Order: sequence, then C-alpha cells, then structure tokens
Amino acid sequence: MGPYFRLKLPIHSMNITVKLFATLRSGRFEEGGLDLDEGATVRSVIETLAIRPDDAAIIFVNGRHAEPESRLSAGDTLSVFPPIGGG
Amino acid sequence: MDKILRIDMGAEGGPKTTVTELGEYAGFGGRAMTSAIVAKEVPPLCHPLGAENKLIIAPGLLSGTIAAMSGRLSVGCKSPLTGGIKESNAGGQPAQVLARLGYAAVVLEGKPAGEDLYKIMISKDGVTISADNGLRMLPNYDVVAKMKQEFGDKICCISIGPAGEMKMNVASIACTDMEQRPTRHCGRGGVGAVMGAKGVKVIVLDDTGMTVRAPKDPDKFRDANKRFVEGLMKHPVTGQGLPAYGTNVLTNILSEAGGYPTFNFKQGSFDGASKISGETLVELEKKRGANPTHGCHRGCVIRCSGIYNDKNGNYLTKQPEYETVWSHGGNCGIDDLDSIALLDFLDDNIGVDTIEMGATIGVAMEAGLAKFGDAAAAISLVKEVGQGTYLGRILGGGAAIAGKVFGVERVPVVKGQAMPAYDPRAVKGVGVTYATSPMGADHTAGYAVTANILKVGGYVDPLKSDGQIELSRDLQIATAAVDSTGMCIFIAFAILDQPETFQSLLDLLNAGYGLNLTADGVAALGKTVLSIELDFNARAGFTKEDDRLPGFFSTERLAPHQVIWDVKDEDLDKVFNW
Repeated sequence: MGPYFRLKLPIHSMNITVKLFATLRSGRFEEGGLDLDEGATVRSVIETLAIRPDDAAIIFVNGRHAEPESRLSAGDTLSVFPPIGGG
Repeated sequence: MDKILRIDMGAEGGPKTTVTELGEYAGFGGRAMTSAIVAKEVPPLCHPLGAENKLIIAPGLLSGTIAAMSGRLSVGCKSPLTGGIKESNAGGQPAQVLARLGYAAVVLEGKPAGEDLYKIMISKDGVTISADNGLRMLPNYDVVAKMKQEFGDKICCISIGPAGEMKMNVASIACTDMEQRPTRHCGRGGVGAVMGAKGVKVIVLDDTGMTVRAPKDPDKFRDANKRFVEGLMKHPVTGQGLPAYGTNVLTNILSEAGGYPTFNFKQGSFDGASKISGETLVELEKKRGANPTHGCHRGCVIRCSGIYNDKNGNYLTKQPEYETVWSHGGNCGIDDLDSIALLDFLDDNIGVDTIEMGATIGVAMEAGLAKFGDAAAAISLVKEVGQGTYLGRILGGGAAIAGKVFGVERVPVVKGQAMPAYDPRAVKGVGVTYATSPMGADHTAGYAVTANILKVGGYVDPLKSDGQIELSRDLQIATAAVDSTGMCIFIAFAILDQPETFQSLLDLLNAGYGLNLTADGVAALGKTVLSIELDFNARAGFTKEDDRLPGFFSTERLAPHQVIWDVKDEDLDKVFNW
C-alpha cells in the first residue's frame, strides 16, 4: 500500500556556476552564478543564455563531458565552449 | 621537385655538393622522404652527432604549389634526444621556396674536419657554400638580419642559434616566416644539434626567377583547392576558432577538463589559466595594436598565428603557441603573459624547443633550482642555456638529463623526450600516442585530443582507457600521411569531420601527381612511413619496454579527477597491429 496522498513539494531552486569561453562570452559574461529550478538540464541553461545549440559544442559539468540532456545539481560548475581546436 | 641536393660537409678540401635524381625516393615528400632516407642511409647505431648521421630537409608533396596550407617543412635525422628516428616539422616560408627551387630534399652528410662554420645559399643559380665564422654563436634573429644584409630581402632562412652550435639536445632549427622572422621551429628531438654537428649555421633560400610548381592536371588541381579551402572555411574550428584565438584557445578547455599539466605534472588544472588563456592573450594583443590573426606562411588560410607586442607596442615575438604558453606558463606555475612571451622570444632566438625547454625548467623547479611561479628565475635559467654556462648546458640537455642530474623522479618523458601540454592520465588517447609514437612523447604524432576533449572526429571519453588504442592508431596513421604532404596538421579538424574536405585533399594529391589515390591509399602511405620508422628504432635498440610512460603516472593520482594511467601494457603493444 502506498501513501494515501503525496505531499506536493515546492519546487526548490538551486545555484550553479556557469563559465563561458571564447565567442560565447560576447554579450554575455565569463563566469557567473545562476539560480535554476531543481532538476534543470544543461539545455535549459543554454536556452536561457540564448546560445545557439550548435555553438554549445563542448560542455563540461564539473570538468567532465556532459550533454544538453544532462541534469544539473546544486553547486555544479557548467562550462560551455564553442567549437575550438588548437595544439 | 625532382632532385635531391646532397652536401657532404666532410669532403676533402671542403663541402661538396651533388645533385641526384629521386630514384627509389620518388613519390615521397615531407616526413615520408626524411624517414625513408634516414632509415635507408643512416646506421641506426651511429652517434647522432657523428659523421654517419644525416640531416634531411624536405618540403611536402604539395609544397610549392598553389594548394593552401602546404607550407610545412620536415627535418629528419637520428635524434640526439631520443636516440631514435626523428621527424620534426615547421611552418614558415622555406618549404614553399625549397620546393619551387626544385628540391625534394636537401641532405647534409658527413662532418667537417675543421672548426669553420658554414652558410649555404641556394637559388636558381645553384648552390654556394662558404665559411662565415662571423656568425658564430649569433642568435637566430641576428643571423637572419645578417643574411638579409648580404642577400637581400627576398630570402628565407633555415638556421640554428647558439643552442644548435653547442649541440644541445633541446636545440631547434628555425624557419623564417612571412616577415622574415625566425619564429617557426622544427623544435623536437634536438634536430638543431645535428645541424650544428654538420657545421651549418644557416641555409639561405631565394626562389626569385622560379615559378609556382605546376600540377599534372591544373584544372582539376584548382578545383580541388577551391573545395579544400571552402571546407576549411566552413568548419568552425579552422574557419573561426583558430583564426580568432590561435592555438592558445586550448588553455582554458584543458584546465577545465582537468588535463592541463600543472606544476610539473602534479595536478590537472591551473588557477592562473584564465590569465594566460587564448581569450586573454588576444585581447592583450589587440590592445597593444598587434594582429591576432596572421598566417605563418603564404598560402595559409587558417591564420592561427598572430603578433605579440610588448607594453610599449613594439614587436616582441610571434603569438606564443598553446604548448609554449603551457610549458613556460602553467607547467611552471607562471601566469604572466609578458614573461611567457619573453621566454618564447628567448627560445626562438637561442634556438630551442619551447616544449622541451619549459618541461626542463619545470623539472628544475621541482628540484628546487627555482620556485614554481618565479618568472624572473625561469627567464634567467633560459638565458643561461643561451650563454652555455655549466648550468645552462645541463638544462640544454633536456628534461630527462636534468631530472637525472638533479635527482628528480617526476620527469615526464618518453624515449627521453618531454611530454607536451596534455596530461596522459586525463587525456588517455594522447597518452597512448606519447607511449608508442616512434618520435617519443609527441602530441602531434596522433592528436587524440580531438576526440578526447574537443569532440572533433567523434568522442572517446578521455578518462577511460576504452577505445584509446584504436583512436591513437588511426590518428598516427593519418598523421604520418598528412606530414608527408606538406599540409599543416590543422587541416585535420576539417577533414576528420567533413568527408568532402578529405576528398578534396585526395583530389589535390591526385591532380598534382596524376594518381588515383583513395582513402585506403593514404592510409597505406601512413602505415609505410610508420613501419619505416619503427624498423629504424628496432634496429637502434628500442623494444616494447620503451613504449611505456614513466611509472609515476600509474601511481600518483591526478586532481581534480583523481585518475591514474591505466592503459594496459599489452594493449600498448597492439597499437601498430594493423
């Protein structure tokens, strides 16, 4: 038997750090905090910042490669790069 | 480009030139040419600084044509640093000019009996070799200035600085760029020491009166080049990222990814990365009135280089490359761009490999010769190398030698050659390349950073060992082929992602030489080159145990991801099973 009713939890907000690089900085910022709904995805941040999907070519969450669908947690650092290369 | 110029520096009565047909070396260019001649003609057990070693200088198959990006010059020999075969290539003008003068290779042989220092002038009128002891111990910028005075401003130069004359393991060979500055270096493996051992200070080239090399089928060649350039311009890395920020755009991403070797490979990210990043560098260059988008040779459409001015707006050096900013920067805990740019200038002028030099300073800092982060001390140590003090001579021996002399365990080398700017624990594909390349630790030999970090040409998780062997193998094969064409390796970003751009490169080779090469044919060329090199190294005494990383990579965890090197030895031994 499950519970008779489920408490409807309020949507908590969480804070993450966003770092942008190369051309993505222009008209935006280098590094900043961002409040998001709990369970927000990388894609939602990219959309919020009006970054074209193709321009978010390389995404890291806490230094590990991530995808637009990746879910974020409180305290995460999200780093977004446009297509770049060198060496 | 149908002849080979051989110069016997040890001939009786002075240096003697012979011009031969290509013979069995027909169809080879660049790295294929240098490695084929070394493997065939240099005894693998010879002393690298002895008369039996040869220094081969070869433009690529497409150099000297109208093909964009075809300006890489390969230099090959038995390496004084690794003891194995070496090919080191650079941009700048000499590849185009040498190719237009008709030479597929210049081979310096023998060893002069006396102490004279020579200059070699090659033009449409032939070759002249003369002793010029006034050049002794001159740094590269001064050598080029003297050659311009003597031969005019249409020349380009291939030269060594004091480090080459002192036959240091870190010595490079400088090639002049479009502004006749000695900023593009065949850096790796101590090739400058071999040129020094041949008694040659500078090779001056002038292609006045020569024409652009004609392809077999000019119409098809023009069409292929048009598609090739369109492909490079269309790809965001070669069309936008590299022109805008140069190679140093990698500083931030490698530090973010935790694969940026910091404090002599102690940790994987650097707090000062942002201060020395490509983004910061380009802003500074613009503020000081310098151009951040500049090619290293005529015909380059990517233009990843730039100019670095000092605080007063005067030229200091070319835009330091990522590997230089890393080796002298984060690897030594230094976060000041002006100091790094000065070190870049000193390296170019003294004639040393910026990767090996910075890695050696990192080892010296580990040993306590200077504190990490002390830029003034790093500058002073590099100056000692140029002066040839006893300490300078030790540092000029490279990271492995310095580590032994100063009793350091954490020495990041393979086959005696220092690792570049990617920690193999956190970028495991490039670790496989470091371990197995016949060149010693060399990122360009199989640049797995593409798929590991940059998501170009697919994606292979950099922190896991899965898939890294295959990735490195495929890249090493492709690179050996590209290094033979004279093409800049940065075309790889576009040809890995865009099949039609790869096809246009094949079409250039086919229209240029009247061939019917397919992708398989290109892979076959790469395998041939690697097989030649591996065979030389085997005959020089290398075994599979030389294809290993230093032990500390398997025992010391790298922050922030706490990873160790865990690619299995038996898997490393399969890299060249094709």
